[in-house]
Amino acid sequence: MNTSRTNLILPLIQQSRHALVTVAAVFFFTSLVLIIAGAPPLAAYYHIFKGSLGSWIKFSHVIKSWIPLTLCACGLLFTFRIGLWNIGIEGQVMMGAVFTTAVLRLGLESQMPALVILGSILAGLVGGALWALFAGFLKTKGGVNEIFAGLGLNFVAQGVILWLIFGPWKRPGVASMSGTEVFPPALWLPQLASIRLSLPALVIVCLALIVTALILRYTKIGLYLKAIGNNPSAAYLFGLKPARNMVLAMIFTGGFAGVAGSLQVSGVYHRLLPAISSNYGYLALLVAMLSNYNIWLVPLVALFFACLNVGSIQLPMALQLDSSLSGVIQGALVLATLGVHAWRRQRAEVRGQKAEDPSSL
Amino acid sequence: MIELDITILFAGVIAGAAPIVLAALGETITEKAGLINLSLDGSILLSAMAAFAVAFETHSLLAGFAAGALVGALMALTVAVFSIYLGQNQVAVGFVLTLMGRDLAYFIGNPYSRIQGPQVKPLAVPLLDKMLFIGDVFFHHNLPVYFSLLLILLCWWYVYHTPYGLKLRSVGEHPRAAFARGINPKRLQLLYAICGGLMVGLAGATFSLATKPGWGRPQGAEGTGWIALALVIFGGWNPVRAAIGAYLFSFLQVLGIYLQGWFPSVPAQVFQVAPFPLMIFTLLIMSVAQKESVQIWAEGKAHVKALLNMFSGMAPSALGKPYRPE
Repeated sequence: MNTSRTNLILPLIQQSRHALVTVAAVFFFTSLVLIIAGAPPLAAYYHIFKGSLGSWIKFSHVIKSWIPLTLCACGLLFTFRIGLWNIGIEGQVMMGAVFTTAVLRLGLESQMPALVILGSILAGLVGGALWALFAGFLKTKGGVNEIFAGLGLNFVAQGVILWLIFGPWKRPGVASMSGTEVFPPALWLPQLASIRLSLPALVIVCLALIVTALILRYTKIGLYLKAIGNNPSAAYLFGLKPARNMVLAMIFTGGFAGVAGSLQVSGVYHRLLPAISSNYGYLALLVAMLSNYNIWLVPLVALFFACLNVGSIQLPMALQLDSSLSGVIQGALVLATLGVHAWRRQRAEVRGQKAEDPSSL
Repeated sequence: MIELDITILFAGVIAGAAPIVLAALGETITEKAGLINLSLDGSILLSAMAAFAVAFETHSLLAGFAAGALVGALMALTVAVFSIYLGQNQVAVGFVLTLMGRDLAYFIGNPYSRIQGPQVKPLAVPLLDKMLFIGDVFFHHNLPVYFSLLLILLCWWYVYHTPYGLKLRSVGEHPRAAFARGINPKRLQLLYAICGGLMVGLAGATFSLATKPGWGRPQGAEGTGWIALALVIFGGWNPVRAAIGAYLFSFLQVLGIYLQGWFPSVPAQVFQVAPFPLMIFTLLIMSVAQKESVQIWAEGKAHVKALLNMFSGMAPSALGKPYRPE
């Protein structure tokens, strides 16, 4: 029998050891990829580091991409909790952006820009939630797997954005991939010039984190989602309605994603772009997985991912490499974590069996 | 106005569908054994890049195809090992690999973007190509296209008419029973994941060396992996029907090009994304057709029943549920 003290310390040592193994594996794999591409690995890491944390301006870019990433990953905790793979989140971000652009366009002549911006954020929420509702109904009423429904709707949302930019919302003169016309500064989400960050956006993210934590931990909805996610058939026998709760979870996720898309329009680009969602939805799926669906790890993992994203923008300029290296590192991190996690569990099982054997004799 | 030539249209469908057929067949084999390899979209892109890069460096198309197949097999192997031997969620691993495969392809393939490289030459089949219509549609292609046609028959024969195919299906339907009959479910699933991966890799190589020669960001194969995954469901886990689905999809793609010429007022984006709502719609019909209430309603209506049967197809019972010995 172990003493209680070693019981406390041992897991900590093990945890850090496993983290070390994970990081070493990712480092090894990424360096290998860089060597295959004929690039100096250490220089690449240095440029990513300098490009993300090298100056306050760069760090403000990191925060700008941390905001949508955290919002999306936060929302995904709802669908993951109930066991749904909401790959459609990318399209939900896009629809949030579309709805926001629509409201901002309507409010171009308005005397109360603050009200218009607020309305546009709400519209973004509704847009994302509606798009998610669509996928949710396809899953619960139509029996279409949410992965395919969501993915198909992503492509449709992308088509809608392209159609709007080249059709009804095209710039006076010539339509182009650079998007719709830029909104007047009065309709931009206010930004503090001193820190180059938008305070309202940061407040929204903090609110999102708190609200998610509260709903998942302290409300009945959170309990239902967990119960259904863990065992759908048992939950059904207990009188919970899996279909209704699935749609509810989708709406929550879609709403968060919609707000993320909305802030991209009003706070970052000030117009609608074809690449408005910037893969943040897909990336947020990785963030949620890597945080092991723990709300308090989400902002940290998202920050790291945002650093990689922003830092790797330097690579084409500095080393003539493609910026997609960030995606390689992020994917390798998730895979390595899954692998180490499995290895740890298997070792624990083996140890458990050994411990059981003598007692069975 | 573009003149519609039926022969050219169908020949285009057969040629354009080749990589999709290969990918859909590969995934059907893998899923028949009970494993979902969700990484298809990333696998196809990475193997397309690898095939083009290797063929460019070695001046050997054969080496290119081999590299593509190898990459596809490695991706499938990763999904299989994580899910079968490490007990991780195969959807999660597959999705991560989808994103990572694409990024790896863009990253490593960067120096090979937009350069002229080797590509497969057309090769008419002697004698057969002289046949009226059929000769023009089927026998004026390149080797990968012939291979895709051949593989449909091969897969169907293997799955339904050989003892190995029986074992393959038994592992996907009831691994425990298969185990009782002396079959090792884990090893077979691993084997067929690799086989499927090889075909998916060949699909990627066919893209970059024949169908859409060259490499770039975007290559043009983006999204095909997801279509192939949906086609497996559309085909009801039957290789022949999955292949038919691939030809239907290719037909719509080719038709889209004509439609764009006929209706210039409709924005091109509409035709580009059209396959995806169609995919959702097809899956929706498939799912509704299998509902009990619909089946009862169709009872006694011969035509409706026949139509419903066309859209039915059961997934292997153990699909996505890795075998765990007691």
